[in-house]
Amino acid sequence: MLKPAPYAMPIEKALFYGGWIFTALVLLFLIAPILAIVPLSFNAEPYFTYPMPGLSLRWYEDFFGNERWTGALFLSIKLAITVTIVSTALGTMAALGLSRAHLPARSVILGILLLPMIVPVIVVAVAVFMSFGYFGLIGTFTGLALAHTALATPFVVIAVTSTLTNFDWSLQRAAQGLGAAPVTVFRRVILPLILPGVISGALFAFVTSFDEVVVALFLSSAEQRTLPKQMFSGIREMISPTITAAATVQVILSICLLIGVELLRRRSERLRGIT
Amino acid sequence: MTETVATAPRLPWQFAAAERRGHLRAAVLILPLLLFVVVTFAAPVIYLLSRAIYDPSVAQTLPTTLQALQNWDGKDLPDEATYAALVADFKKVAETNSAALVGKRLNYEISGVRSKVIAAANKATEMTAPPYKDQLIALDKMWGDRLIWAKIKQAGRSYTDFYLLRSLDLERNVDNNIVPVAKSQAVYINVLLRTFYISALVTLITLALAYPVAFMLAHAPERLANLLLIFILVPFWTSLLVRTTAWFVLLQDNGPVNNLIQFLHLSDGPFKLIFSRFGTVTAMVHIQLPFTLLPIYGVMKGISPSYMRAARSLGGGPLYSFFRVYLPLTLPGIGAGCLLTFILCLGYYITPALVGGASDQMVSGVIASAMNQENNWGKASALSLILLFATFVLFFVYNRIVGIDKVKLG
Repeated sequence: MLKPAPYAMPIEKALFYGGWIFTALVLLFLIAPILAIVPLSFNAEPYFTYPMPGLSLRWYEDFFGNERWTGALFLSIKLAITVTIVSTALGTMAALGLSRAHLPARSVILGILLLPMIVPVIVVAVAVFMSFGYFGLIGTFTGLALAHTALATPFVVIAVTSTLTNFDWSLQRAAQGLGAAPVTVFRRVILPLILPGVISGALFAFVTSFDEVVVALFLSSAEQRTLPKQMFSGIREMISPTITAAATVQVILSICLLIGVELLRRRSERLRGIT
Repeated sequence: MTETVATAPRLPWQFAAAERRGHLRAAVLILPLLLFVVVTFAAPVIYLLSRAIYDPSVAQTLPTTLQALQNWDGKDLPDEATYAALVADFKKVAETNSAALVGKRLNYEISGVRSKVIAAANKATEMTAPPYKDQLIALDKMWGDRLIWAKIKQAGRSYTDFYLLRSLDLERNVDNNIVPVAKSQAVYINVLLRTFYISALVTLITLALAYPVAFMLAHAPERLANLLLIFILVPFWTSLLVRTTAWFVLLQDNGPVNNLIQFLHLSDGPFKLIFSRFGTVTAMVHIQLPFTLLPIYGVMKGISPSYMRAARSLGGGPLYSFFRVYLPLTLPGIGAGCLLTFILCLGYYITPALVGGASDQMVSGVIASAMNQENNWGKASALSLILLFATFVLFFVYNRIVGIDKVKLG
């Protein structure tokens, strides 16, 4: 429908072209702020203004050369990988258990497992801050990893559950009937089939931890800076244009992850014969 | 196995056993995550909520005083024995910070008493002989006012409605009746209303922007629609903080948006865009737009074009057909998208904190400053309880309409 329908009245034609202009403006509104920050990260001067007086890589030098930023980047990556491993393992197992038909109290269990996705993040942050203190977990890597894992697991559960709908359980029974041990059945039959869901869940878990800032603000010590926390305080305390370089790096990372998830989704749909 | 499955009476029993084994296996798979979520997530949240109604600081520090106050009728000043009990309690906790905690707790009710309580606690260690009543009143006439005693008695209950009442701009007066707080202290209803108002405003704006776009995309050729969806998915996948950072940069007084305004000669001076309601709403609309748009788009994709053709061929005008046929069909998508956006908006913290006005914070921001600046756990907990309650009620509705496990992940 790139042209109005042949029977369209004048008002419809006007609405049609108006609709496309409106769409273009809205899409511009969505993408422009993200794209506008990219050139600013190459600005030679420490201002956020166009036109830029010159180009330079100084903010990237600061980002990749300053221990504050590199330390934050490494901590965030380490944290996100830990969270991804734990939450993917726990979430996949739970999704497999939940996929069983006629499970009693399924909706209640699912409700509890998805709670971390529903509760506003400030409430989570205050709650873990108040209670993790009793166990000496404030300012520790373990504390952050536990809280982030709890936040990330619902996404794994949802992603794996969605690949398990329409899963052909007779494949599992066939493998069992042919004498495979349960672990072999999982490794050789089930896992390959649900792998797209597991990987996309893992990517969601990674992003959840990597982008998380509120819990990190409450739970981490002064020296313990994750990348989002460093960005947040970078904005709050001293507005350094390095934040534009940090933001650009993260935008590129998000685009890579988006492409990954999209490819997986297509593959999964192709495998399951949906498209 | 010598017996065959066909042995008739055994079959139901065997089936039940197999079912049980299956349930057991499912339970073993689910249990680790369930335990994990309960321990690291549900328990802390329940603890937080309990702090909204539980504060034992006064009860633990002043046990004898509270016992003496039990028979106090609240009409006149308490008797000498009560004053003596207070001095005794203060002596017992000398060298600790318990008196300071009591002062802090009472200070929430009557501002300025914190230092007076601490002063009295320090002085109490030097008081050796009665009359304690006169000595305390001589120290500060506050002790000669029944208000402080009424407040000590109220705060002495470990389970208290004080924080919840305060969150709704209410308090108990000297006679223990619930009354509105003084105008100057009534701020929390405003915060809650502001949170709802901003959330509703953002939801309506995203709907107004999303609906036409979703319509055009849903009726565009597949390839074009998929291409244009990238414009929606890239922001969707970019972190909230990065997008807020982008707006923070864009909305600066001499930032790109003001550059553009001046370049187009729309205005001479820079507009005040950042640290205002405008900044908060703009950035929130930008962040929430995909959440509203994608469910509507999904529903529109599923609407067969023959409905509209039928409506048109039966003589309905374009607008009439749209409002009577198409719009009602998209209501589930509108409901899902708007509800999700509204719920998520209620909990916004980072965006208002970075681009919003300091006096224009939403409830999450007030919770954060209650924790970070005031160290007032009761207040943070009570406001969290209210925020959580609103979120749960709305999610219950959402679950009824959409189903919680159908939350779109992009």
